[in-house]
Amino acid sequence: MTTAPKEAYSRHKRLERNVTLMAVATLVTVAIGGLVQITPLFYLDNTIEQVEGVRPYTPLEQAGRDIYIREGCYTCHSQMIRPFRDEVERYGHYSLAAESMFDHPFQWGSKRTGPDLARVGGRYSDAWHVQHLADPQSVVPESIMPQYGFLADAPLKVADPAATLTALRRVGVPYSDTDIAKAADDLVAQADPNADAGDLAARYPKVQIRDFDGDPGRVTEMDALVAYLQMLGTLVDVKSAAAQQELAEETGR
Amino acid sequence: MSSVLGRIGIWSIVLLAAIAAMVGAKDAAFAAHMTIVALVAFGLLAFTAFRYDPLISAQSIFRMPQGPSRYDDDPVRWGVIATIFWGMAGFLVGVIIATQMVFPQLNFEPYLNFGRLRPLHTSAVIFAFGGNALLATSFYVVQRTCRTQLAFPALARFVFWGYQLFIVLAASGYLLGVTQSKEYAEPEWYVDLWLTIVWVAYFIVFVGTIVKRHEPHIYVANWFYLAFIITIAMLHIVNNLAMPVSLLGSRSYSAFAGVQDALTQWWYAHNAVGFFLTAGFLAMMYYFVPKQAQRPVYSYRLSIIHFWSLIFLYIWAGPHHLHYTALPDWAQTLGMVFSVMLWMPSWGGMINGLMTLNGAWDKVRTDPIIRMMVMALAFYGMSTFEGPMMSIKAVNSLSHYTDWTIGHVHSGALGWNGMITFACIYYLVPRLWQRERMFSMRMINWHFWLASAGIVFYAASMWVAGITQGLMWREYGADGYLVNSFADTVAALKPMYALRVLGGLLYLSGAIVLVYNVWMTILGRVRNEAPMILTPHDPSADRPLTAVPAE
Repeated sequence: MTTAPKEAYSRHKRLERNVTLMAVATLVTVAIGGLVQITPLFYLDNTIEQVEGVRPYTPLEQAGRDIYIREGCYTCHSQMIRPFRDEVERYGHYSLAAESMFDHPFQWGSKRTGPDLARVGGRYSDAWHVQHLADPQSVVPESIMPQYGFLADAPLKVADPAATLTALRRVGVPYSDTDIAKAADDLVAQADPNADAGDLAARYPKVQIRDFDGDPGRVTEMDALVAYLQMLGTLVDVKSAAAQQELAEETGR
Repeated sequence: MSSVLGRIGIWSIVLLAAIAAMVGAKDAAFAAHMTIVALVAFGLLAFTAFRYDPLISAQSIFRMPQGPSRYDDDPVRWGVIATIFWGMAGFLVGVIIATQMVFPQLNFEPYLNFGRLRPLHTSAVIFAFGGNALLATSFYVVQRTCRTQLAFPALARFVFWGYQLFIVLAASGYLLGVTQSKEYAEPEWYVDLWLTIVWVAYFIVFVGTIVKRHEPHIYVANWFYLAFIITIAMLHIVNNLAMPVSLLGSRSYSAFAGVQDALTQWWYAHNAVGFFLTAGFLAMMYYFVPKQAQRPVYSYRLSIIHFWSLIFLYIWAGPHHLHYTALPDWAQTLGMVFSVMLWMPSWGGMINGLMTLNGAWDKVRTDPIIRMMVMALAFYGMSTFEGPMMSIKAVNSLSHYTDWTIGHVHSGALGWNGMITFACIYYLVPRLWQRERMFSMRMINWHFWLASAGIVFYAASMWVAGITQGLMWREYGADGYLVNSFADTVAALKPMYALRVLGGLLYLSGAIVLVYNVWMTILGRVRNEAPMILTPHDPSADRPLTAVPAE
């Protein structure tokens, strides 16, 4: 009875004597799980489907997103509403896969030291955001958020807005040639009420064009970050009949 | 040494002044003259520097034994020093950011805000403290268990110093806001490329040493080290695929987006825990616990079964970080099922370690190093039970996004990784510096209790904080409305955050005791102290019982 398992262990001795076999066997063993779980996500309908309203970020929103990442906002704020009654009532409709389909990288987060931001767009005024970022405790006394007043003093510097959009297009975001050619102009025009925005609103539906930081004289990092926060979750109209129909058909959650 | 540094300093100043003058020159002749001055200064600078070996001076500061030795231990000594240095940095930043969560005024914008310091803390403790511990111990263990010296000694030194450069680039990048925001993979594309080069060199040195071994079998610790090196390479390369905006700029964009990016990231991050902090540290356990206990590993068969099942199952567990998100349901459930299954191979490692002490359990009382190892294994067992439990979707719906996760991570990191690393340092330092024993055994005992008490405060406060948070978020009143605003839940956690700071301070002070103890050992001192266990002789009790007549 004991011979069979013993033989199995003695076969293991072959691996123990040959580092090449050991390394190859290890690599095969650890590769399987990831292949089975990750590969299908590039083909399955409900992870690659398009939902009406989802569009690439404007250059200003993308610049704001880069600031959001630079400051590590994701360490305390999630952007992923789970389908629970309390979360939906607190933050809005649960998040759809398609809503982050142009997010390189994703910002779902893993910790809520502060509230979820997936649908924070339009919930507060621009002035509230500026005040809150500069001194969070002045509007929410219990808050333990750091202060970000320096954003309002920092002029927005994007080395090459066209290069940013080109890099994003190379990883799959469908920016058009016009978007890339006009990137530098779009960046400034969205935050300047006096500039001619041209066809910005036609190329980026639902884009919000205004001065965000309360200082129309210049475009600051505060403009970019607030522009990004104010568009979060506003692209998909989850209340429309078509959207409800689409959500009713969604399976897998 | 100082005279050499002084001369280098003078020539550098001359060189810089000459370059400045050259750039600002108003006419070509002046610029040409200044170019000549700059070239001469550069030549003298190079001449002075090349005759000067900073490494030898540094080795004398740290009293490293000179001359040929049986094993190539210099990279190991440097690794031990780097482990302690980065450990202190990581613990200190941890205490600072924990304090920021109690007193938000302690955020100093922009460089010292929580959002920038938090990745500094996680990377410092995982990759700098843990990574150097793995580098040092793997170089030590692979030589002993293969009975040979390191293959490619120059490459081994490149691995060590190259890895330090990676740490410095990553850490300074976080403060400057250079991050790709993928947790535990924050460094940008060029730093990732550098780490890939260093890692391939590490693989070559490690496998090369195994190839030239004088033992027929590859020891079990080396299986774990090998799995750690190979898997981390695979995870690092796939998760960091990105498109740089410019070859002269730090920013890049992840190759994946949204749900694909999320699962790739958590496949990476969960297995950074699985292979960096588990497989690698199990390798340390498999060498140092039997050595310190002077007992053979409990079960050879158990080590085979738990090695292969651990590395196979771990890879599947990533999706439990994405429960109830937009990730498809089947992937979440798959992740949950494999996470629960993972409980058994994890405990296989704990059992194999603890049972190795069979016949040596008395040492838990007399040897503080063994006690640390046992505590490490106990915390490993506890957190590998807690992990599968939290991966169950019903539990996760409460625990996710809360401080319970933070508490769970720290019971593993402080309890398992920290304690086993400290024990290995206490084992290694006297042997590497050819000392009789550590400066003080009683200080090891102090370190043990300070660290243990710190973990208790940390884990308990975060359990309470996490469950409080989770329950308050979902609390409904009789009127059918949510009871708490988000700000209410933040205010409720304040006392728990303060308790966590206390736990962190205790853990940090334990580590300060370690630094002093190691430093004194390196200097060659031995503290004159009473032994840990005394069995005093009491002559009055040392007598036969005599019958006492009744009164």
